[in-house]
Amino acid sequence: MGNPAQASQEDPTVDFVEVQNSEEFQDLRKTHRNFVFPVAVGFLLWYFAYVLLAAYAHDFMSIKVWGSINIGLVMGLLQFVTTFGITTWYVTYANNKLDPKAAKIRTRLESQILAAQTTKEEV
Amino acid sequence: MNLSSALTALAPMKSLGEQTKDTSWVNILIFILFVGVTMVVVFRASRNNKTAADYYAAGRSFSGGQNGTAIAGDYLSAASFLGITGAIAINGYDGFLYSIGFLVAWLVALLLVAELLRNTGKFTMADVLSFRLKQRPVRIAAATTTLVVCFFYLLAQMAGAGGLVSLLLGLDNNNKTGQGIVIAVVGVLMIVYVLIGGMKGTTWVQIIKACLLVIGAAIMTIIVLAMNGFNLTTLMDAAVQTSINEGGAGAALLNPGAAYGKAPLDFISLALALVLGTAALPHVLMRFYTVPTAKEARKSVVWAIWLIGIFYIFTLVLGYGAGALIGKKEILAAPGGVNAAAPLLAFVIGGPILLGFISAVAFATILAVVAGLTITAAASFAHDIYSNVIVKGEPKPEMEVKVARRTVVVIGLVAIAGGILANGQNIAFLVALAFAIAASANLPTIVYSLFWKKFTTQGALWSMYGGLAAAIILITFSPVVSGSPKAMIPGASFDWFPLANPGIISIPLAFFLGWLGTVLDKGTEDPRIQAEMEVRSLTGVGAEKAVEH
Repeated sequence: MGNPAQASQEDPTVDFVEVQNSEEFQDLRKTHRNFVFPVAVGFLLWYFAYVLLAAYAHDFMSIKVWGSINIGLVMGLLQFVTTFGITTWYVTYANNKLDPKAAKIRTRLESQILAAQTTKEEV
Repeated sequence: MNLSSALTALAPMKSLGEQTKDTSWVNILIFILFVGVTMVVVFRASRNNKTAADYYAAGRSFSGGQNGTAIAGDYLSAASFLGITGAIAINGYDGFLYSIGFLVAWLVALLLVAELLRNTGKFTMADVLSFRLKQRPVRIAAATTTLVVCFFYLLAQMAGAGGLVSLLLGLDNNNKTGQGIVIAVVGVLMIVYVLIGGMKGTTWVQIIKACLLVIGAAIMTIIVLAMNGFNLTTLMDAAVQTSINEGGAGAALLNPGAAYGKAPLDFISLALALVLGTAALPHVLMRFYTVPTAKEARKSVVWAIWLIGIFYIFTLVLGYGAGALIGKKEILAAPGGVNAAAPLLAFVIGGPILLGFISAVAFATILAVVAGLTITAAASFAHDIYSNVIVKGEPKPEMEVKVARRTVVVIGLVAIAGGILANGQNIAFLVALAFAIAASANLPTIVYSLFWKKFTTQGALWSMYGGLAAAIILITFSPVVSGSPKAMIPGASFDWFPLANPGIISIPLAFFLGWLGTVLDKGTEDPRIQAEMEVRSLTGVGAEKAVEH
């Protein structure tokens, strides 16, 4: 059972510090962070802008745009639209940019671990 | 509206709440059918429930679509279905604000948490938090916050069951014994599901329930829209007209301010807790371990976001529909109060059969959510406290699952007792409290340990215990607990904290404490484990694989 961290600490086949410092991994890390951090900040700012308007700018939010539909409802529904939009955007980005890079490193490390295990068994 | 006046003409002596009682046997019948079907599924699913990975994580064998549906089933609790529909029917626009926070929150889970957690953890939230820090203290802290959050969430669901039952089974609002018996029945059913079915059974119950809930809400939405010529303006104007007829808020229903007009800070605090709480709810996080890969975890969130988002758009229509066809006065007068809006609407537009269907779904909702919470709490106790702290990582393989199963029974009994005691408490408040505690006690440590290299054990402990304590202390001294006739302890007044939700103070404080604890920590953590965690989290090397049967 134990915990996964301790288990692999005893298994020195992969030097994770070296992997972490490799250009390949740093590139993956950058690709990941360059997307998730700005987008997270963006949607949180947009959400709180909406929350603040709903809390303090009642008159503005009550302006009717189309029939009885007011700015408040439009902005609320836009929160739904942006949430769906960001979801789709991230999935496309992850499938095209993140997954291939991650898979390359994973395949390399896993074959390294497998090779080490086979040698151990042979000895 | 013509229809509601026609209905009133048909039964001039009886209120809607009274009328629904006459057909409560339909509700019971449909609910028994649901229990029967899910029991069969749970028994079939329980065949391979031997190892811990089977029991806690369903062998990691669910697809992203299945897990996403289960997440939606887990997340769309009675509080969000009945609560939000009722809130929109009564407070109009301000009810809608809840659903936006609940939905946007999923982006935090999608972008920052889900995949990284799936890649690094095994069964529980504590697996991730303690990965590169000192095992014992961090695990104990994470298990503590997990148990506290689950407890409040569980209490909310069980307390809600009592009120719901009055409406659905035609019991009197004052019939506390009858409600207590039903709470006990819900608790026992849940224990059976979780004990036998484990995570696999629980997941199937949630999937079935999510499908029924979304289909039921879709049917109601289409009927309501059809009655209003598929025009949102016509529907909202009808709600305004009903409100004017009974001397209510009228046109103000469509504008913000009906519920939070006088307490904007309260609303901001709630909004913060909602958006940051979801990605830190232990029972939501645990669901990500039931899929084979991080990519499937991503797919799960995508499915969940679409289902939950579409469902909340339905509740907007249903809320205004209930406002238009039934009206605030009649809703509040019915047994169950605010929570009665959705079932009453079902009765008005679809008669006893639709009411029975929606009521059974609402029941099933409580059952499914409670089951998910219970297995999370049991896993956390058995895996984090028993295996890793009490016997220090050397339990016999079968023992951990055995301990988890015993914990399920204990938690079930505690939930029944707590539910009976908390019967009648405000559900939305208890749920918001669980979100605030999760966002304060868990989220800072999750984010720091995934993204901040220098983060240390001391930072984690300060943040988790500090956030937990701040949230609970502020709640204790808030107007919800004392100081007004509506408070939990109406007679007392020690309400020096003015807000109903502690999030705006406790969440930033927990982030600050995590930073402070880290910079003041003289020790550092092993950079090799940090490297391993980061590499694993992004690439999936060494991630737990699906169990093959």
